[in-house]
Amino acid sequence: MKSFLHFWRRFRRNRAALVALFVLLAITLIAIVGPYVYTVDPFEMMGRASTPPSKRFWLGTDVSGRDVLAGLIHGARVSLLIGVAASLCATLVGLIVGAVAGYYGRAVDNILMRCTDFFLTIPSFVFAVVLIAIFRPSVTNVTIAIGIVSWPPVARLVRAEFIAQREREYVLAARALGMSDIEIMIRQILPNALPPVIVVSSLLVATAILTESGLSFLGLSDPNVISWGYMIGVGRTVLRLAWWMPAIPGIAILVTVLCINLVGEGLNDALNPRVQRR
Amino acid sequence: MSALLQVEGLSVQFATDRGPVRAVEDLSFSVAAGETVAMVGESGSGKSTAALSLLRLIEPAGGQVSAGRILFDDVDLLGLSSRQLRGVRGSRIGMIFQDPMMALNPIFTIGWQISESLREHLGLSRRAARDRTIELLQRVGIPAPEQRIDQYPHNLSGGMRQRVMIAMALACRPSLLIADEPTTALDVTVQAQVLALINTLKDEFGMAVLLITHDLGVVWETAQRVVVMYAGRKVEEGSVSDVFERPEHPYTRGLLKTARLTDDRAGPLVEIPGTVPNAFEMPHGCRFAPRCAQAFARCEDGVPPDIKVAVGHDVACLLAERAP
Repeated sequence: MKSFLHFWRRFRRNRAALVALFVLLAITLIAIVGPYVYTVDPFEMMGRASTPPSKRFWLGTDVSGRDVLAGLIHGARVSLLIGVAASLCATLVGLIVGAVAGYYGRAVDNILMRCTDFFLTIPSFVFAVVLIAIFRPSVTNVTIAIGIVSWPPVARLVRAEFIAQREREYVLAARALGMSDIEIMIRQILPNALPPVIVVSSLLVATAILTESGLSFLGLSDPNVISWGYMIGVGRTVLRLAWWMPAIPGIAILVTVLCINLVGEGLNDALNPRVQRR
Repeated sequence: MSALLQVEGLSVQFATDRGPVRAVEDLSFSVAAGETVAMVGESGSGKSTAALSLLRLIEPAGGQVSAGRILFDDVDLLGLSSRQLRGVRGSRIGMIFQDPMMALNPIFTIGWQISESLREHLGLSRRAARDRTIELLQRVGIPAPEQRIDQYPHNLSGGMRQRVMIAMALACRPSLLIADEPTTALDVTVQAQVLALINTLKDEFGMAVLLITHDLGVVWETAQRVVVMYAGRKVEEGSVSDVFERPEHPYTRGLLKTARLTDDRAGPLVEIPGTVPNAFEMPHGCRFAPRCAQAFARCEDGVPPDIKVAVGHDVACLLAERAP
């Protein structure tokens, strides 16, 4: 509790991160309760096609006469869910691979890093497209596919941190106190290696949202759920006639991704005791 | 009397691109319960490597014990499983390191780090571990331990940090403390305090201390017996008074001269000419021979045997043979 208060005091110092955090919380709140409050079905034809924002449709309708506001609210759910879940997946895999490779070094490191390199050589978006094409689009598969293409940078970062930390004398001291390798990795080194990882995985949430949007823009997302990328894809053809159609979900993505990045930076400032006030 | 720690024929080697390098060769010594044994030698003499290999801490660094036995309470530590070994580390043998800044985890409070060991080995509850930790901090002379316990290593001075390290190492009341140059990184005034603290705690806890150092002044003040190392080998061993008053090995004599513990400290600084031989080009015979003013032909023929010159005083030098 005490350490959380300490963390909060440090986090609060970064005004931009604080504002971004509140915006993100608002978006999350909308994603969670929005669909129950604004009960319009985002796939239902509600009015005339391509009407600009009006009193009846606050954000207008799309080419099929569907309510853009409803799409935006329902889409927030999918975007955030996939973004967070895929980032967690990638972070977890990256942590395990990177920690083991960095801590044990030598042959273990070689094998794991060549595997990582293999994944890094494939352009991640193309790789995701291929995975979705093979495993058919569903929310779960999209999440897993994004997770699979995003873990290598985390693994490399974690490995570098572990290599830097494993030679430190406190690791030797911990070993001299009778701690096992696993304990040393998780309880001693990981907390030291975590700050940059937290920053990267918060950025990963942002990239995952972008990747998901890209996939659904190409029509490679779950056809049964609406997402921001899908809405942009639908509005793309009428960009010059009805700019709000792709612009509104586009702004939603921009704001969300920006806020995530700002919060990530704030986390870095707050979590890293070496970053004293600047 | 059977020794608490008995090291027999210990050899440690590191694999390098140019083949294996022996950092420690055929080292034997013992530490009795409640005794302080100092291991001295210059940088690269293998004393720290020897200390680390006692708890098999050398393996992650790429070192390997290639021969010998390390008997602690008559159990060979080299034969233990890693699980059994972890039970010995920290609970029956404690260790403190040279740089107390580096040896403490920078992002945890000192209290967390000390109680971690208590909970690990003694299975204490969070509450009980905290109380024990405050008690320990008080024992090692940290003022206002109730406040200090929640501070981070960077809030403490070097001397304070070494005290915290000592508290950590002694948390489970080990019967042997290995101190690897515990005062080297500290100010001279603080050095004396830390040494005095180790001495007091040693008597209080009835533990033995293996003190690794290059400071002969420290040896004189704290140890009962001394093991002199040169280029990975033990060259002389004996009680501190014997070795300091009647050093037999030319290297020991040189060391004592450079330390200037006895002379009037006037005149130019004394030095031992030459340097420690390269690990890849170790002389076949006595390793000190190339630097030794009294070396003769047979010194290069083979490794000199340990020669007993007095009770408990051994020297690995052929000169001792000639002495009556």
